[in-house]
Amino acid sequence: MAETGLTNPGQSPAQLDGWRGIATDWASDQRAFKNVSWGKAMMWIFLLSDTFIFSCFLLSYMTARMSTTVPWPNPSEVFALNIAGNHIPLILIAIMTFVLISSSGTMAMAVNFGYRRDRFRTAALMLVTAAFGATFVGMQAFEWTKLIMEGVRPWGNPWGAPQFGASFFMITGFHGTHVTIGVIFLIAIARKVLRGDFDVERRGFFTSRKGYYEIVEITGLYWHFVDLVWVFIFAFFYLW
Amino acid sequence: MVDIPYEGTRGIPPAEVPDVELYHPRSWWTRYVFSQDAKVIAIQYSLTASAIGLVALVLSWLMRLQLGFPGTFSFIDANQYLQFITMHGMIMVIYLLTALFLGGFGNYLIPLMVGARDMVFPYVNMLSYWVYLLAVLVLASTFFVPGGPTGAGWTLYPPQAILSGTPGQDWGIILMMSSLILFIIGFTMGGLNYVVTVLQARTRGMTLMRLPLTVWGIFTATVMALLAFPALFVASVMLLLDRLLGTSFFMPALVEMGTLSKYGGGSPLLFQHLFWFFGHPEVYIVALPAFGIVSDLISTHARKNIFGYRMMVWAIVAIGALSFIVWAHHMYVSGMFPQFGYFFATTTLIIAIPTAIKVYNWVLTLWRGDIHLRVPMLFALGFIITFVNGGLTGLFLGNVVVDVPLSDTMFVVAHFHMVMGVAPIMVVLGAIYHWYPKVTGRMLNDALGKFHFWVTFLGAYLIFFPMHYLGLLGVPRRYFELGDTTFIPSSAHSLNAFISVVALTVGFSQLVFLFNLAWSLFKGEASGGNPWRATTLEWQTPETPPGHGNWGKELPVVYRWAYDYSVPGAAEDFIPQNQPPRATQHVQGAAS
Repeated sequence: MAETGLTNPGQSPAQLDGWRGIATDWASDQRAFKNVSWGKAMMWIFLLSDTFIFSCFLLSYMTARMSTTVPWPNPSEVFALNIAGNHIPLILIAIMTFVLISSSGTMAMAVNFGYRRDRFRTAALMLVTAAFGATFVGMQAFEWTKLIMEGVRPWGNPWGAPQFGASFFMITGFHGTHVTIGVIFLIAIARKVLRGDFDVERRGFFTSRKGYYEIVEITGLYWHFVDLVWVFIFAFFYLW
Repeated sequence: MVDIPYEGTRGIPPAEVPDVELYHPRSWWTRYVFSQDAKVIAIQYSLTASAIGLVALVLSWLMRLQLGFPGTFSFIDANQYLQFITMHGMIMVIYLLTALFLGGFGNYLIPLMVGARDMVFPYVNMLSYWVYLLAVLVLASTFFVPGGPTGAGWTLYPPQAILSGTPGQDWGIILMMSSLILFIIGFTMGGLNYVVTVLQARTRGMTLMRLPLTVWGIFTATVMALLAFPALFVASVMLLLDRLLGTSFFMPALVEMGTLSKYGGGSPLLFQHLFWFFGHPEVYIVALPAFGIVSDLISTHARKNIFGYRMMVWAIVAIGALSFIVWAHHMYVSGMFPQFGYFFATTTLIIAIPTAIKVYNWVLTLWRGDIHLRVPMLFALGFIITFVNGGLTGLFLGNVVVDVPLSDTMFVVAHFHMVMGVAPIMVVLGAIYHWYPKVTGRMLNDALGKFHFWVTFLGAYLIFFPMHYLGLLGVPRRYFELGDTTFIPSSAHSLNAFISVVALTVGFSQLVFLFNLAWSLFKGEASGGNPWRATTLEWQTPETPPGHGNWGKELPVVYRWAYDYSVPGAAEDFIPQNQPPRATQHVQGAAS
């Protein structure tokens, strides 16, 4: 039995094909994911966990929508706006979606410039991303206000199933909180980039650890995730 | 065996992971209170979990007093009884066992066993503990708010959980939900650390297939928790909204106290699905670390390599995966679509296969081993017996037709206490006896330990074995008193009284254990670095208890798996994982 556990000095293990190869790679020395830093691994695993949270929220909403005996309000009508005399369904949501997806674009550019150590462009693009995010939250606040003025409450609304308001406020509220947290982090990290923290490897205030430009990318992972979640909310809540 | 000189680093891959930047505490506060050292956090987690666990233990005594001698104790009324049941269950499952196995043992053992200096993000790890402490305090505060803690049962099923007939409807249920949400946030911060540390921060030579099974168990359980707790998080948020804002996610239209309630259109079954999508993996979140730890205890104290290491790892992973598709076996009588039962009964029975593999492998590890019946080994053996017992009754309850008459009887209580109450606690106690010398540098008293084991093990059997019989008679669970019933013979009442007497005795005997912990801290025999002559890395630290950064100047290099016990031809009956091959060349000759 002793040999099975021993390292063979001087011999690298042969490359294996197929599943065995995958298993060997995964189980290999020191790191399961080569060239992936701790921070990035942690963010990916956190996002996996967060995916389960959003999935549970959406599945619960869909269950409520399918099992309610009262008719569900028509989202195209509820989320329509009258602009210059035209009745346009879902126009605000369309703009919000456009803004959020644009912010993913600026975020990706920020990551690129981050790895080029272009401090000003990185910080500027992160701030643009944060501004898009803040705009999104602002429009969401407008939408909430509009619905509340029209009489939508968590416990009821004028048009049908009370679960409509409940699900709407809960899911968009939870997503909006994610966006807000993202905006705060974007601003905080843009400040660090601008100050040059990652060039001089200045230690963090809380963690007393050195920071690296990779943090821009890790923030980006979170930001893209929040965007992706919005696409699902858009599809399942507004378009259904 | 740290004194063996390093020579065989040839052929060991170079370090891929840059050495951790350790946070060095500058004051007493940052060293012992707001500490970022995983070992200190582990002890904080363990002490907090044990403290709240003792509260739950006292609650179980009060319940047993009422059940054994109904009508005798005027200070327990029906509402309080329900509150005791709820808090006992919730505390034991989540705030004690989950926190102790993952936050306590996970924090202490993962960095030491994988050869890391600390968790990957010590600051987040520290936050994890403080949020957990906050969750515990919020939970404990429910005992002092108007109306007391919630009495909805640990499953907190709506609609009754938030209706006015249930005790603790004002504050209890709100604080319970808030506490659960806090717990999940705190756990996520810790859990991310444990997973990333195992995946990405192992020392040189420590491949995944050389990890001790303890790490495998805790790792898999943590991954499961990160995927299962979201369902509880969502269920808690929605129930909180139902209670606070009057939404109707889970609340159907119903008459409350003679008037039509404000609720309508929600689905109580949805809560049960969410709850058990968390709740069933939770059983294995508690069990898998126990499986892992008990494997190491048995191997070490039987001086034999674990039988079928690879299968043990795959069994842990398979159990973890399967446990996500069995949740509705808790809901056979809930009114869900009946044919779901076929699917969930099938998956439930399939889980018996990897579980049985593990049990056989433990037994085969013991087979012809050099068994030392020291206290940790006694608890490990106690675990196997209790777990097999609880697992077999699980087969009863996993089958729809057998479950329907047995559900909501004492049989269920007996089953889950055996399988996820007593069995994991056996491992917790065994693990404390096993690792106490590493944590403190002193041995626990052996005579007191043996006394503690026999009283606990035999007592647990005397408590829970008769409960199966009560359940078969049809004695329901969660009843304040049985009253005048024709189908329950009077002998059941004497049996209840007997169980209560034993429960109180076993409960008080735990004081012996607490005394042992305190006494040995100062007066215990000095243990040295490796009292059990074990192979895994945590026993090879240069200092005992391990210092800040665990390993002194250089990280250990791992050359072999964790189970080189009684290798033929070796000088001693164990070879530490970090002993280079050169020092054991004669071993290779002997074995090949």
